[in-house]
Amino acid sequence: MKQMTGAELIVRLLERQGVRTVAGIPGGAILPLYDALSGSTLIHHVLARHEQGAGFMAQGMARVSGVPAVCFASSGPGATNLVTAIADARLDSIPMVAITGQVPLSMIGTDAFQEVDIYGMTVPITKHNFLVRSVDELLEVIPAAFRIAMSGRPGPVLVDVPKDVQNQIVACEDFPPPATPDAPPALDMAAIAEAARLINEAEQPVLYLGGGVIHSGAAQQAVTLAEQAGLPTTMTLMALGAMPVDHPLSIGMLGMHAARHTNFVLEEADLLVCVGARFDDRAIGKAAQFCPKAKIVHIDVDPSELHKIRQAHVAINGDVARVLEALLPRVEVSLRKRWLSRVESLKSRFPVPWANQDDPRTHYGLVQAVAAALDDEAVIATDVGQHQMWVAQAYPFRRPRQWLTSGGLGTMGFGVPAAMGAALAERDRTVVCFSGDGSLMMNVQELATLAEEWLNVKIVLMNNNSLGLVYQQQNLFYGKRVFASKYRGAPDFVKIAEGFGIPAVDLDTAANPRGTLAQALHTPGPCLIHVSIDREQFVYPMVPPGAANTEMIGG
Amino acid sequence: MIEQVAEPLQQSGFAKVILEIDVNNHPGVMSHICNLFARRAFNVEGILCMPVSDGKRSRIWLLVFEDQRLEQMVRQLEKLQDVLAVRRHSAGHEVFERLEDFFH
Ligand SMILES: Cc1ncc(C[n+]2csc(CCOP(=O)(O)OP(=O)(O)O)c2C)c(N)n1
Repeated sequence: MKQMTGAELIVRLLERQGVRTVAGIPGGAILPLYDALSGSTLIHHVLARHEQGAGFMAQGMARVSGVPAVCFASSGPGATNLVTAIADARLDSIPMVAITGQVPLSMIGTDAFQEVDIYGMTVPITKHNFLVRSVDELLEVIPAAFRIAMSGRPGPVLVDVPKDVQNQIVACEDFPPPATPDAPPALDMAAIAEAARLINEAEQPVLYLGGGVIHSGAAQQAVTLAEQAGLPTTMTLMALGAMPVDHPLSIGMLGMHAARHTNFVLEEADLLVCVGARFDDRAIGKAAQFCPKAKIVHIDVDPSELHKIRQAHVAINGDVARVLEALLPRVEVSLRKRWLSRVESLKSRFPVPWANQDDPRTHYGLVQAVAAALDDEAVIATDVGQHQMWVAQAYPFRRPRQWLTSGGLGTMGFGVPAAMGAALAERDRTVVCFSGDGSLMMNVQELATLAEEWLNVKIVLMNNNSLGLVYQQQNLFYGKRVFASKYRGAPDFVKIAEGFGIPAVDLDTAANPRGTLAQALHTPGPCLIHVSIDREQFVYPMVPPGAANTEMIGG
Repeated sequence: MIEQVAEPLQQSGFAKVILEIDVNNHPGVMSHICNLFARRAFNVEGILCMPVSDGKRSRIWLLVFEDQRLEQMVRQLEKLQDVLAVRRHSAGHEVFERLEDFFH
């Protein structure tokens, strides 16, 4: 018979689950758990400077590894500070387990010091959540949290543990086994056969890959399907890397900031094979006018995504990797010469504006120069804004999990802590975070954590001294009434980094910017690379609000 | 960031539907379910919940207006970890009718 406190039990169960890094910040209601964690020789605790940073570090770990990652926060403000990172994980389907301290059971509901109903608050932004009311429940709840986070469509799970539950003694014969994912849904062979028939009969099919392809590890199967059936392939923001951009069948990212030819190819499609994507409004524009001539095959592990935005002709609920494997032997080999040459002609008629830009002090040139200095093993994270879209458009992504970005929630401040999480999970990789001067300020405090952990994270700061994407919107759609989007002050980011103990270089003043950039990227450890970017550079092409995807402006 | 331009929400119809939902019985379940409907501005006309068998489970009866989004709502409901089964009945089902005596 084993006897221990609830807090010790949580730590043992995390260790047994394979958790080796936890990011968090302690506080009164979670001190028993921190006390127990101090005795762990297996788990490395990363002391964030803000709980949102801890949440995004956990996300970064989960995004590069695909395995649920853990963050800790105390009750009250600690827990509410986690909320944005949890919501972000929910919208991008990231497996994460957040453990929060709570006031003792008997004080719940009394407005006790640092009491908030984090359980109630996180109902709509978690995949599931728990308020643990007795220490025995932990034996079930902790494995269940991991199982739920990683099964089917992944997502965040919150476990709120009152302080007295952490201190209660629990006795058990054996620890519960570490969680494993639930079995995927059974294969719907009839629907798979029907999908194969539609693919074989189509004249102008397009493959549309979403983040589900990354989550389910189905990139290889998706590329094989494209090659076998001659399918031009587009990816959502979340799926970048599923097919290498320079693959002859890739037509790049679709949607609001897609290349023109991508949206035109989609317009002509007579069959759309949607795999692990969800017809998000940023990707498809006006729903009714998206792929107006196409029949739709929709494959997703989440049944509630099927028929949600567009009625599918064939809807297949299942793990996309397994469904694609079952589909492949039924799909005929096709060269599809006529359609692919049509796609090629659209490609050459509408060349992308980011090709062959090589001045590293311009937005696209900088993205290209970073890519040229690195290989495909590097991880690329971004914050949110114009810089994010420029990287999505111009960086040559070539492998799944190479790309970490806040897609669904679009959270400024995501970049630095997420990049740190990636570096914590995979210490051998170089992790680059493209950021904007607005976004960087939203979690700038984590530079202190970065210096402490001395992670291999390079922050490429594209500084236009403004909230660039807002500035762009106001210029294009609000009669140039620029308001609250230009900064009046101009902090010295090089000094800020150095003040935190992080080396920094400024490409603005570098004699040889390309060489300085490469050297900064190749020196192990953290670094901030500062580049001024012209504020008048906008993200193009662009689908204006409310328009169909073919009504792009610019570019 | 950029405002979404969407079609206005469709009005719900007048036909009523009854949903019978088997759930795990613990204090958070109702909030998970009600949240789902409230978020989508789906008016729940009637709600009834009692534990069944050994008290480990409850059954929730919901009276809602038929709406083109109902199909999707049911799929979302089925996704909740504590929801074990969802069954649909037409408005003719007697569960709410028998209760009407208490609402005069
Ligand atoms: C937390 C948060 N607040 C506000 C926004 C709205 N927003 C989207 S992009 C943007 C500007 C981003 O500025 P910056 O990080 O400097 O990037 P840039 O667009 O200049 O490249 C803002 C305010 C957001 N996405 N996230």
